[in-house]
Amino acid sequence: MAQAAASADIGHAAGAPAEGQQHPIRLYLVVWGWLFVLSTLSYLVDYFHLHGYLRWSLILLFMVLKAGLIVAVFMHMAWERLALSYAILLPPLLVLVFVAIMVFESDYTLLTRMHSFVAGSG
Amino acid sequence: MEGITQARPMEAISRFQGWCGVVADWSSDQRAFKNVSWGKAMMWIFLLSDTFVFGCFLLSYMTVRMSTIVPWPNPSEVFALHIGGQDVPLILIAIMTFILISSSGTMAMAVNFAYRRDRVRTAAMMLATAAFGAAFVGMQAFEWTKLIQEGVRPWENPWGAPQFGSSFFMITGFHGTHVTIGVIFLLIIARKVWRGDFDTERRGFFTSRKGRYEIVEITGLYWHFVDLVWVFIFALFYLW
Repeated sequence: MAQAAASADIGHAAGAPAEGQQHPIRLYLVVWGWLFVLSTLSYLVDYFHLHGYLRWSLILLFMVLKAGLIVAVFMHMAWERLALSYAILLPPLLVLVFVAIMVFESDYTLLTRMHSFVAGSG
Repeated sequence: MEGITQARPMEAISRFQGWCGVVADWSSDQRAFKNVSWGKAMMWIFLLSDTFVFGCFLLSYMTVRMSTIVPWPNPSEVFALHIGGQDVPLILIAIMTFILISSSGTMAMAVNFAYRRDRVRTAAMMLATAAFGAAFVGMQAFEWTKLIQEGVRPWENPWGAPQFGSSFFMITGFHGTHVTIGVIFLLIIARKVWRGDFDTERRGFFTSRKGRYEIVEITGLYWHFVDLVWVFIFALFYLW
């Protein structure tokens, strides 16, 4: 890992055309296989009609694992310098704050709709 | 700290790792992303902005779904196909998922061959990726046609909450647009690779600059991102 980063640096330092990151093809095939397995598993969650928190947690688990594999290996983020990784990966995490805000907002909207349209008191 | 200012940039790269490396890179002269070319850095920054676009779509989908008093249509039934005398839930979406993952695999292969300067295999893998992408868009067109015929509109549908249609068309439509643009992007770069532009250092038609095989990896970043977005759409819209 460190070796790959070092060789990329040397390529730039020498002014030679960057040969980029060389990783064994086997690694890509293994990740590819895992993505298939994880997709099948998430499809089976629906196929076997799992419900409630078990369903949601499994869906999110498989989603995060797949996303992690794609970003880390296929997009080579695992071998980039941390300065780039943090610059790209941290801002999307802040969207979770937005999610929390909108959860409160939609709960409030639902409450007013229940009050006005369902209870018949509107 | 004096090591940072004294050392040449390349020495700084090999010296500082972890958080010290982050601070050293960001506080250094001229450029923060030390061993990443401007093309790759700009693609990453574009993808970050695109993440926010899709994030907002999925967020608004969450908001309308959580706040509606009408039951949300069951995606498992809506997207079922009638095969062999019985309804198979979500089967088309599952196939589309596998096609897009396969295209990501061939794209990763293309990037690998590109850095080995294997012109023919790179172009072949990129064309395979483009073919998978075109197949994906074709299946999405089929899915849209089926749903529109069943009466799904952005403002109504036969099964429940009317917001289902607007969320569906907005999210999958925007994603499909990205896939289509990706296919065009792949075809353009594959043609350049096939012609040997990056071996003969032929100058670009528009920029008059010499291209490098790195453009294959940059194209790959965009393509993997399209697959990445689908992972989230598949989980949050189709499976939830």
